[in-house]
Amino acid sequence: MSDALSYVYAVGRDLVADDLAELTGAGVGEGDPRLVDAGGLQAVVSDVPRDEFEARALDDKLEDLGWLAATARAHHHVVDAVGGRRTIAPLSLATVYYDDDRVRELLGEGAAAFTAVLDRLDGRAEWGVKVSIRAGGSGSEAPAERPRTGAEYLRSRRQALREGDQAVSRAEAEAEEVDAAVRALAVDARRHRPQERSLTGRPERMVLNGAYLVDVGAAEELTGILAPWLDHPTLRVELTGPWVPYSFAGLEGAS
Amino acid sequence: MTGLEPRSTSLFGDREVALVDILDRLLAGGVVLTGDITISLAGVDLVRVSLRALVTSIAPADGPATPELPGEEPHALG
Repeated sequence: MSDALSYVYAVGRDLVADDLAELTGAGVGEGDPRLVDAGGLQAVVSDVPRDEFEARALDDKLEDLGWLAATARAHHHVVDAVGGRRTIAPLSLATVYYDDDRVRELLGEGAAAFTAVLDRLDGRAEWGVKVSIRAGGSGSEAPAERPRTGAEYLRSRRQALREGDQAVSRAEAEAEEVDAAVRALAVDARRHRPQERSLTGRPERMVLNGAYLVDVGAAEELTGILAPWLDHPTLRVELTGPWVPYSFAGLEGAS
Repeated sequence: MTGLEPRSTSLFGDREVALVDILDRLLAGGVVLTGDITISLAGVDLVRVSLRALVTSIAPADGPATPELPGEEPHALG
């Protein structure tokens, strides 16, 4: 047994070595990304150290979180570079096999499923649309008179909370409109969990974190669709992408 | 700032991508296969992944190896 494992980034069906030309030195681990070919499918693979992956359970430790962040970035870099040239099915983070023979087995066993995913993603890209409530946009921050009694304080506090709830409800309803408008253009749509403020590092509360699978030719229409929300007084609409369609690569939806 | 500018000039081109957006997709998306070796992510707190990435991205490359994070409670960074 060698000391290296085969880390798989993505699977395609028309990949050639030249597609990886710019990835020398990139990827998870030391080895350069390369292709493993079987039955008309190719996996983008690189060697990673066995001891780094074997029996590893990531924990909420500084070292592990740094490892996860670096691995995610390296994985994404490889997927993004190859996905810019060819249709690929990106794999979830940290999919590792003992060696290239096991990867070839995987390509053989999963050929039909991979082909279905590639058919679905061909000529399409993923876009992200995030809707947040602008900080201070609820408009209910007028300083009230200083409460004289505890009951008064509680009453004004309850009202502030109620107004905050209403602002969130309104924003959520409007985010549904944004979602519906983009869905009308999209081939498929998914929702990710709204990102916590502590994750985004921003004060705005996120009410929609959508992913949309869009035909490459229709991508320019996205900006037009979102334009009406551009200068919205209380909502901030963000477009990210194009992404390799991670959110639409599930095998279960391949039928 | 419109916030509506796509972050790339070319399809799938190089761009600054937020780690949190990558993790949304890499942890909840992609083809999920049972590899020969499984890495459990169950104990990972994404808030701290993000904080760690932030600290790493602003720390000088030759700075202290392991900058301290804020304590157990996740902090809003706004």
